Amino acid sequence: MPILPLARGLEASTDPPVDDKPQAARRRWGFNKGGPSRRGSASALQSRAAWVLALPFMLLFAVFTAGPVISSLYFSVTDIKSRDLRSPFAVAFVGLQNYAHVFADDRFRQAAFNTAYFVVIGVPLTLGIALAAALALNTGITKFRTMFRVGYYTPVVTSIVAVAVVWRFLLREDVGLVNTVLHWVGVQGPDWLGSTTWAMPSLIVMASWRNFGTGMIIFLAGLQSVPVMLHEAAAIDGASSWQRFRYITVPLLRPTILFLTVTTGIGYLQFFEEPFVMTAGGPLDSTVSMSMFTYQQFGFGNYGFASATSYVLFVIIVCLTAVQFRFLRSNT
Amino acid sequence: MLDIKRSAASKWLLYTVVTLGFVAVVTPFVWMILGSFKGQGELLRVPPTWWPETATLDNYRSLFSEESFLRYFFNSTVVAVVITVANVTFCSMVGYALAKLKFRGKKLVFGLVMGTLMVPGMVTFVPLFVLVANLGLVDTYPGLILPFLVTPFGVFLMRQFIIDLPDDLLDAGRIDGAGELRIFRQIILPLCGPGLATLGILTFLGSWNNFLWPLVVAQTQDHYTLPVALALFSQNQQVIPNYGVLLAGATVVVVPVLIVFLIFQRRFIEGIATTGIK
Repeated sequence: MPILPLARGLEASTDPPVDDKPQAARRRWGFNKGGPSRRGSASALQSRAAWVLALPFMLLFAVFTAGPVISSLYFSVTDIKSRDLRSPFAVAFVGLQNYAHVFADDRFRQAAFNTAYFVVIGVPLTLGIALAAALALNTGITKFRTMFRVGYYTPVVTSIVAVAVVWRFLLREDVGLVNTVLHWVGVQGPDWLGSTTWAMPSLIVMASWRNFGTGMIIFLAGLQSVPVMLHEAAAIDGASSWQRFRYITVPLLRPTILFLTVTTGIGYLQFFEEPFVMTAGGPLDSTVSMSMFTYQQFGFGNYGFASATSYVLFVIIVCLTAVQFRFLRSNT
Repeated sequence: MLDIKRSAASKWLLYTVVTLGFVAVVTPFVWMILGSFKGQGELLRVPPTWWPETATLDNYRSLFSEESFLRYFFNSTVVAVVITVANVTFCSMVGYALAKLKFRGKKLVFGLVMGTLMVPGMVTFVPLFVLVANLGLVDTYPGLILPFLVTPFGVFLMRQFIIDLPDDLLDAGRIDGAGELRIFRQIILPLCGPGLATLGILTFLGSWNNFLWPLVVAQTQDHYTLPVALALFSQNQQVIPNYGVLLAGATVVVVPVLIVFLIFQRRFIEGIATTGIK
């Protein structure tokens, strides 16, 4: 079949993406006179192969991801408790009662407020640091660039639990490194984690410290796609570096900024380890997050109620994801 | 060339700021490692010491003998290795099917993958616990492992990787009469090295650092993973924490990951930059 390569080359440029190209080519060039039946069996074979390949994933996915997502919704409209563990389907349907209780619960409202606080301050702070680091590494820094990049990214790969254990010590009032450094510049630092005012900002700063590396890497990739020509042209026209940042870099980075805002926001909405390890939600519930609230309700055995709280979080996350997909689609 | 003639002064300023940032990022880790070799007395001294005056291995000794962190280290390793191997295998299989094969239900599978990329563990853990309890797998290795054998993220990553491989290779295989499974094994997989490595590293890391599910499902010390053991140990230390042992524990959790990261940092960073998702 000497002409096959040529045929393949031809149709690659004319056809929309087709997966069984040799089949298509053979058809066009008159091979396989018994076309339809042969083609049918080939694509059936391919279909079967695909399902064999997908089967382990689909089974595990159905049992351990799709199933729980649906049963979580089901649990949230029942009064299931830990004593129903062995008979999860023999429970009473209570409609939206769990949701009504969730929204009426003062502690949940506090948790929702704390979570909003964490997200609304934490996301811009994290992305601001990420963008600043990316700009610095992209423009002025030539020596030790890799060292800085790797160093800034390091906290991202480490366990939040381990990091939280270390920071709990760093933030101690008397012997903590943070207050020691502040003392050098003449500031008397507070008992960070023991204060209702400072506990949450401390967690936010720690989360930003740990997570800005991801944003920095993605911003760096985004910055590399900003054409240097634009900057040159603007510089020739006398634009200052701030103006070039504001009117060239930022608009071109907009999709990246949106993407990072959504993904970081989704991550921060679920913050859990930080208060679990550092403050146990205190002082006076000032750092209880929605995730922690859910986990505690689960611990009390209120499975239905816990599922309702987690579904509230889920709906918020789904909305954020939808916003992102919609925006990305209109952009590409 | 870009017309940014930075003055020497502004360049120095930039380097100073970037270096200070670097110090701020790295210091907690250095301090954690140094602190893990200090005694309790030295750790509680005001002002704090930087370099250990009297270095001791006592913290590690009590961590591994009294607190059985060796066992937790083993648990974390087993769980992470099995999960990584499974993800690399299964996700590349589906990734290939989604990237290169035509089949009934393809859109459905891809939709499920994309639709659940962002499902938080917080939403599924209650019913998952009920399921695992009814399977009799609470506080077992399968209980820790089964829910993470495949991830939509892994499928997405492998699909994105395989879709860029040239179709000509597959066609050549098909003309030579190879079946799809053989094409996958002998043509696709050998070309997937970088993609598999990225997926493997990210999966291992995610499993090693995972906290919520092991916390829920591991109920005795036999099956604690390192983060669970460390968090619970830290919780039981509220009054006068034994900081030396805590820092040693944090070091044991963090340092293996740091070593893996520093060896493979390029792959890590490329993986993040190309997928955009950690």
